[in-house]
Amino acid sequence: MVPGRPVRLWGGRVSVRVQRRPVLVTIALALGLAVVFVVSLMVGDYPIAADRVLLALAGDGERLDRFFVLDVRLPRLLLAMTIGAALALAGAIFQRLSGNALGSPDIVGFNDGAATGALLVSLALSGAAVSAPLGAVLGGLVAAVLIYTLSYRGGVHGLRLILVGIGVSAMLASVRAYLISRSDLTVAQGALAWLIGNLNGLGWSQAQPVIIGVVSSMLVLALLSRRLGLLEMGDDRVAALGVPVQRTQVLLLLIAVSLTAFAVAYSGPIQFIALAAPQLARRLARTAGSALVTTALLGALLLASADLVAQRLFAPMQIPVGAATLVIGGAYLVWLLRGEQRAGRV
Amino acid sequence: MTVRAAVFRLGGLLVALGLLLLVCLLSIAVGVESIPLGTVWDALVSGAVDYDSKVIVDLRLPRTLVGLAVGTALGLAGALMQALTRNPLADPGILGVNAGAACAVVFAVGFLGVTAPLSYVWFAFLGAAFASLVVYLLGFRGSTGPVRLALAGTAVSAVLGGLTSTVLVRDAATLEVVRLWQVGSLAGRDLSVVGQLAPFLVVGLVVALCMAAPLNALALGDELGSALGARIGLTRVLSGIAVILLCGTATAIAGPIGFVGLVVPHAVRIVSGPDQRWLMAYSMVAAPVLLVGADIVGRFIVRPGELEVGVMTAFLGAPLFIMLVRSRKRVRL
Repeated sequence: MVPGRPVRLWGGRVSVRVQRRPVLVTIALALGLAVVFVVSLMVGDYPIAADRVLLALAGDGERLDRFFVLDVRLPRLLLAMTIGAALALAGAIFQRLSGNALGSPDIVGFNDGAATGALLVSLALSGAAVSAPLGAVLGGLVAAVLIYTLSYRGGVHGLRLILVGIGVSAMLASVRAYLISRSDLTVAQGALAWLIGNLNGLGWSQAQPVIIGVVSSMLVLALLSRRLGLLEMGDDRVAALGVPVQRTQVLLLLIAVSLTAFAVAYSGPIQFIALAAPQLARRLARTAGSALVTTALLGALLLASADLVAQRLFAPMQIPVGAATLVIGGAYLVWLLRGEQRAGRV
Repeated sequence: MTVRAAVFRLGGLLVALGLLLLVCLLSIAVGVESIPLGTVWDALVSGAVDYDSKVIVDLRLPRTLVGLAVGTALGLAGALMQALTRNPLADPGILGVNAGAACAVVFAVGFLGVTAPLSYVWFAFLGAAFASLVVYLLGFRGSTGPVRLALAGTAVSAVLGGLTSTVLVRDAATLEVVRLWQVGSLAGRDLSVVGQLAPFLVVGLVVALCMAAPLNALALGDELGSALGARIGLTRVLSGIAVILLCGTATAIAGPIGFVGLVVPHAVRIVSGPDQRWLMAYSMVAAPVLLVGADIVGRFIVRPGELEVGVMTAFLGAPLFIMLVRSRKRVRL
């Protein structure tokens, strides 16, 4: 049975099937995101009313308003949304490729690769504060190649990918512990703050490259989205349909790694968005596959809200946003595993 | 079991014991400053007071003894966990027990101002118990296979690790105390701590060894096992307590050390066979050989510095873990 209700246009000459629930969920998420967007621009140590926020966004209004809205809050907010969407999409790809709800980059070790790479570059080369996008990207790539190669055995089995990832990330974690034990205490603490995932103090100069990188990766992903959906049918059947399975897998993996790498480059490896967002989106929309738009919106909404909480919960003190997503992650895991247990899966 | 097989296994065990003795002597003798074995022997027996004996008695001997205690505990805990969960991927590191202990210790140091290892061992137990309980509840479903448990362990470790870092970011003093412990090392540990924690180790050891026979019966499956007279619930609970005692103490002394408990039972099974009694005996001897051996190698890799044993075991153990995962026969994927 084809899901969805038929919608007839032009007197029945054209008819399409539209699933109402996914559309409604997507609209609701977009509205939620809009609310969080405006609220994030309003609140802070210098509160600004909604009408003045809108004025400032239009380039009007008082100078101080414009400064806070456009130069301080907007870049951080856009970063949070972009990173959230990127992580959620990367998670959706990894989960599809591994065929497992827990196969997200934060569990599997790509984040670990990026984190270790960034730490290595910044501690080994400069010893200064950790902001090493190049190290993060390289580390993530190396880890991805390593994990993919090691789990390749006449094809990549999803669970094997996950377990090999666990092994590799254990090694990387010990490298990080070693680096942290050897470095200067303040540097170590800065590194730790970065490793949890932190948006504090980021501005346009970080937001621009991240947004450009993530959006271009998303465009490539959009071209491949049909194939991603097909992969759910199983390798053999997809191959029978004429899709080059291995090549598609590698391409998708590359997109996912680049999404992850851009996402973690400045903010550090923010955990659990990639794990939770695709599954939550799937369950909210009740679609069989992962609806990519819904997933991206939910990721953006989750991280933007988490960052709002991280900024305001103990204001004026800001906690790292990674600490806020940790709570989401813990609660989600318990819920997920219990649900899976009832369904007898995993 | 035939007499010949028994003799073979006993012989193997004796060889392993000999190996252990050798490794211990080496651990005392070699390092940045290598000391001839004759001098080592003199220092240990006669109690001389020259420079070499001071190095031996104050630095190398404690380090070796710590390695012995921690290695034995981890090896036995690994064998026990694998039997208990019927899971070839079980290991205190992978199943989140280490992460639980580490997290609890960090909270104790950070919020309660606990600094003496003897006090924070209780928190290590508590954390280890909590984490293993959560992982077990989330991940254990009879015959659902080893992967689920490993995933649950990783997920719980991720949350606990994040909590640990969140505390450490806020609190430099705690970071200073904890970061050297968090790598997992045998060096610089106070020998009196080992002495004070010994009772926990001994109790864990004895309970674990008593579980060998019932676990043999349970390996046949719950129904057949209970038909053979094994009390399933009691065996599980006691084995769990033994695991927590052994892992908690080992982690409290040396910090989180992964993969020893994973690697050793797999390696010794080739010689010892699947019988838990032999498997545990072999694991108890082979694990300290591996741990102390890894510690010795770590002294030479990044000279003049040292590589902590926790890093060494991760790099020795993770490849073996990956090999296990790749061999479809062992892990039914």
